[in-house]
This record gives sequence, C-alpha cells and structure tokens, in this order.
Amino acid sequence: MNLRLALFTAGALGLAAVMAAGMRRLEPIGSYHGAYGEVLNAVAVGERNSTDVVSAVNFDYRGLDTLGEEYILFTSVLAVAAILRKQKDEHDEAPDQFREVPASDAVRLLGVGLVPVTVVFGLYLISHGAVSPGGGFQGGVVLASVPLVVYLCAGAKTFLRIPPPALAKAGESSGAAGYVLVGCLGILAGKAFLENVLPLGRPGGAWSAGTILFLNLTVGVAVAAGFVELLSSFVEKALKR
Amino acid sequence: MTGHLPYALAAWLLLWGLYGVVTSKNLIHLVICLAILQSSTYVLLLAIGYKAGAVAPVYADMPPGTPAVDPVVQALMLTDIVVEATVVALLLALAVQAHERGGSLDPAELASLKG
Repeated sequence: MNLRLALFTAGALGLAAVMAAGMRRLEPIGSYHGAYGEVLNAVAVGERNSTDVVSAVNFDYRGLDTLGEEYILFTSVLAVAAILRKQKDEHDEAPDQFREVPASDAVRLLGVGLVPVTVVFGLYLISHGAVSPGGGFQGGVVLASVPLVVYLCAGAKTFLRIPPPALAKAGESSGAAGYVLVGCLGILAGKAFLENVLPLGRPGGAWSAGTILFLNLTVGVAVAAGFVELLSSFVEKALKR
Repeated sequence: MTGHLPYALAAWLLLWGLYGVVTSKNLIHLVICLAILQSSTYVLLLAIGYKAGAVAPVYADMPPGTPAVDPVVQALMLTDIVVEATVVALLLALAVQAHERGGSLDPAELASLKG
C-alpha cells in the first residue's frame, strides 16, 4: 500500500510539473480566438431559427455526432441490463423475505408534490431545447427521475410496477430509431442525412428550428426510457439478493 | 496568474481524482473518484471556450450579435457528461456483480479471488 502511494506521488508530481509547465504557455482565461464558435454564434439564429446555439450545434451542425452519443447511451443501457441479468444460480426472493423500510409521511408528501412538477419540467426541457438551455438529454434525465421519486416514497416494489418494462424497452428502442428516421427525412427530401429540411418556424417559439425540435423529442424519449431501464436493472438486482 | 486559475482547477481535480482511484478501498468510492477525475475535463472545456465579457450562447432574450462564449465546447461538454453517465452506470453494474461474486467491494480483496 505504501509502495502504491509512493509510486502515485512520484507520478502525480511529475504530471503536475508537466501540466504547470504547459499552463505557463497558455493564454489567460477569456482571450478566446476560436473561429468556429464565432461563426456559429453569428449564423445559427438566422440559419436555423434556434435561439439556443448549443442545441443547434448538437442536433444540427454536428447532429451525426449526437447520433453516436445517443447510441453510446443505448449500448451502455443494454450492457448494464446484460451484466445485471438474472443468473442461473439466482433465485427470486420470496416477497415476504424482502422487507422495506417505509418512507416517512414527510417524504411521501414531498414526493406527491414533486412528481407533477418534475414531469412538467422534463417535458418543458425536452420540447424547448432549441429555444433555451435544455434539450432531449437533460429533459430525459429529469423525466427518468420521476420513477426515482416514486421509489423513494413508495419503495422498490411499487417502483418496478410504475413503468411497464415493455413500455420502457419500446420507448428506448423507438427513441433511438426515431433519431435515424428524422435524419432520413433529409434523404427523402433529396438532401443530406440529418439535414434540417422541416419548416423552421419562428425563432423563440415552441415550434422552431425544424428537425432540432423532433430530434430533441426522440432523444428525450430514448434517454428517459433508457435511464428508467438502468434504474430498474439495479433495483431488480437488489431485490433478488 | 489569476487568468490561469481555471486550468489549475482542472489539473487539481484530475490529480485528486487520480489519488482517489489509486488509494480507494471501495469500488463505489472508486467510481465516484473517477467521476470527479472526469469533471476536470468539463472545467477545461468551459475554460477554453470562455471569452472575456461574453455571455451564454442562448439568444432567446438578447439581440443578435451579442458576444457569446464558444457553443462548440459547450456541446462537447454535453457529450462528455453523457459519456460519464454511461461509464459510471457500467462500472456500478460491474461493482454490484463483483460484490456478488467476490463478497467484497475492496479491490485489494477481490484481486486475490479467482474467476
């Protein structure tokens, strides 16, 4: 253990020295000269009617990268489900053997208030990704936290009954497929894959930025369902032991 | 020198995250240390894209042409967060399985176990 710490200290000091030497050559914070950011900030609102330039970058200018990003998440959810799947030597615990500590009244009351607010906030974030900070990834995670609140208030058994497993799986798959289908609209219109071919609407409006809105919707469904799948995998595993 | 503080913060997070990973005695703790380590990349990306006096690149309530920070590194950081979430989920699943098979969350004890 001491040898490990000594090795780490030696390596870390060396790394710190290299980083400090590199930092001295860097320009101070705030003196940004990049070209692409300036160009995008100047053209994104006019070209795509998206007032959130970060969303325009993610879902339009480099929409193909975000497709890869979504499939990283998709693959990871599959992998977690595969790692935590029921093993041959496992047996389902008899229902009465698994005892849960009941949540206090205060937690349950807070949960009842939190659930509707969280649902609305998640849907708002997903649907207004092109307008204000947010989007499918952020809103999807917020939506997926709703079953988590239920888990805190009502326990694991209720949590597993809330999102029907088939629906979560279907949501994840259709969300992931939906991104590709929206991308194919560009091909159908005789242009490039993922090209923004839908009516652009009014900047700042709920309907704005064409395909960016619909890509956010598909990502929101995929992320929400994917995270519910993740949570269910962990909770099911905990119930089985 | 204060102009370099965010870079120093990124280096600081990286080194302490690494320290936690190296000395960790619990796999869950190790995964959290890895997440801290990776958060240094968020600081670095945002620091690179920052422009003095500029605001967030969201034009919902400001006139076109207002100086804003680089949206490209912000979009990259979003990808970074998604990757971190997936890595953490995968590693936690592996930790659950390691605990089940090995009966311990201490990496030192698991190393002496077979298969």
